[in-house]
Amino acid sequence: MTRRDPRPSAGGPLLRVRGVRKVFGRNVVLDGLDLDVDAHQVVVLIGASGSGKSTLLRCVDLLETVDDGVIELSGQDITDPRADADAVRSRIGIVFQSFNLFPHLSVLDNVTLAPRRVHRVPRERAETRALELLDRVGLRHKAGARPDELSGGQQQRVAIARSLVNDPELMLFDEVTSALDPELVGEVLDLVRDLKSDGMTMVVATHEMGFARQVADRVCFLDGGRVLEQGPPEQVLGDPEQERTRRFLRRIIDAGRL
Amino acid sequence: MVSRTGSPTPAPDPVAAAGPGSGWVPSPLQRERIAYRGRQTRRSLLVAAASTAAVGGVLAAVTVNAPGWPRVRESFLSYDMARRALPDLLAGFWLNIRVFSVSAVLILALSLLIALMRTLRGPVFWPLRAVAVVYVDVFRGIPLLLVLYLVGFGLPGLRLQGIPTDTVVLGIIALTLSYSAYVAEVFRAGIESVHPSQRAAARSLGLSAGQTMRLVVLPQAVRNVVPPLLNDLVSLTKDSGLISVLGIPLDVIRYAQIAQMGRANFTPYVVAGLLFMLLTVPMTRFTDAVSRRYGYLPAGGHL
Repeated sequence: MTRRDPRPSAGGPLLRVRGVRKVFGRNVVLDGLDLDVDAHQVVVLIGASGSGKSTLLRCVDLLETVDDGVIELSGQDITDPRADADAVRSRIGIVFQSFNLFPHLSVLDNVTLAPRRVHRVPRERAETRALELLDRVGLRHKAGARPDELSGGQQQRVAIARSLVNDPELMLFDEVTSALDPELVGEVLDLVRDLKSDGMTMVVATHEMGFARQVADRVCFLDGGRVLEQGPPEQVLGDPEQERTRRFLRRIIDAGRL
Repeated sequence: MVSRTGSPTPAPDPVAAAGPGSGWVPSPLQRERIAYRGRQTRRSLLVAAASTAAVGGVLAAVTVNAPGWPRVRESFLSYDMARRALPDLLAGFWLNIRVFSVSAVLILALSLLIALMRTLRGPVFWPLRAVAVVYVDVFRGIPLLLVLYLVGFGLPGLRLQGIPTDTVVLGIIALTLSYSAYVAEVFRAGIESVHPSQRAAARSLGLSAGQTMRLVVLPQAVRNVVPPLLNDLVSLTKDSGLISVLGIPLDVIRYAQIAQMGRANFTPYVVAGLLFMLLTVPMTRFTDAVSRRYGYLPAGGHL
């Protein structure tokens, strides 16, 4: 699949997060977080539950409003209230832990909804493109099925196809295998690896450390609403500098997940 | 998926179900089980038929042998009376059907509008939200009969230009105002029953708030509230007759009342009741069939 080149951004990172703060009630989830992601780079976010991985991804996709700080996509400040949020969202693809396919639509209609309704692509062209994407995730034969007729792994692959249909500049993955049975995890992770080899820019929140090691250009350990430590996967996962990172990884190893 | 246990239909022939050439033959154990389940099904059918017949027989016997039965039969179930009253009753029922059909369409439209107004976010829409809340509070609080009097006699009393004076139109307006308040709450419950993750998924694809509501939330919301929606519509078929408190024309219940007057015979009411059932029972079966046809499992509620 051909990948659209990210917009010219004067050499800066594709995604630039500066001092982002997000508060739910009294709970400070993101506390002045900084993160840069260059084009074609895969950044993996790790950290305990509640460390802010999901919230960060939702803030980047403008599903949450940040309480402070700036997020820039290709040099454009998307946290500016004057920015067209719908247009920004259609430049970013996100895949959720719980798939969130639309249960009242067929697989094909799930994928064609955005192009037909947002970008006014004629039905025939939208469906040709959707079938290509479904082919790519190995589910062309399920185009007419309803989401509830698919396994969890198949649903998640459809969700990935659906989020690719807008030709996003950036893909966000929010613990996409956490709701899957162990034997279905592989088919979804293979797809993410595929996207990496296409040069897709991705931010991936995950608990699958083995996968993080394989796919990441950089691993970021989130703690207390900030990036506490980041670097190449061998270093962060193999020989972390911070005591907290070491403790987190030890717990994961004890749980048999590494 | 739907559990098959307790299904009244006998299990399909296992050899045929396995398909030709699969080479599978049920084990003696499985044959034993199939035979046992078959015996159980036949037995439970027999028990159900026998107990139904017994209870029905006892009820019928008690009623027919009651000391006042001949009098009751004459004044509630008189064939002669029913035949004589039927043409008038049908004429009245036709009015009920017309009033019901028109108000049902208006109610669905108005209540959906109010429910949507109530779900709008942001300070700009505060007045619209307030209007929706006040509307529901007021029209759910006032008895339908009172709304009928206020609209039926009050509105024309204003003597304004363009206000309808036809009692049927006024009655339909009153029914619509009153019922929309209830149905709006049904729609609102449906809209709120759609998990927020569905909105997040739709918005993340670039759909606007309006598109998300129209293409993703509402189709699921409406399906979730079909049973309570039908409940209100069935109730409306019966309340549609209340408009005859405004005078002419007369609905089926008023005709029954007139037919009963002077003769102390209540058969016309029984006939009117049967007419309503002829309308509502098929309606219920039809909606059930439609929901089954478009059935799907709703989106998971986690995260």
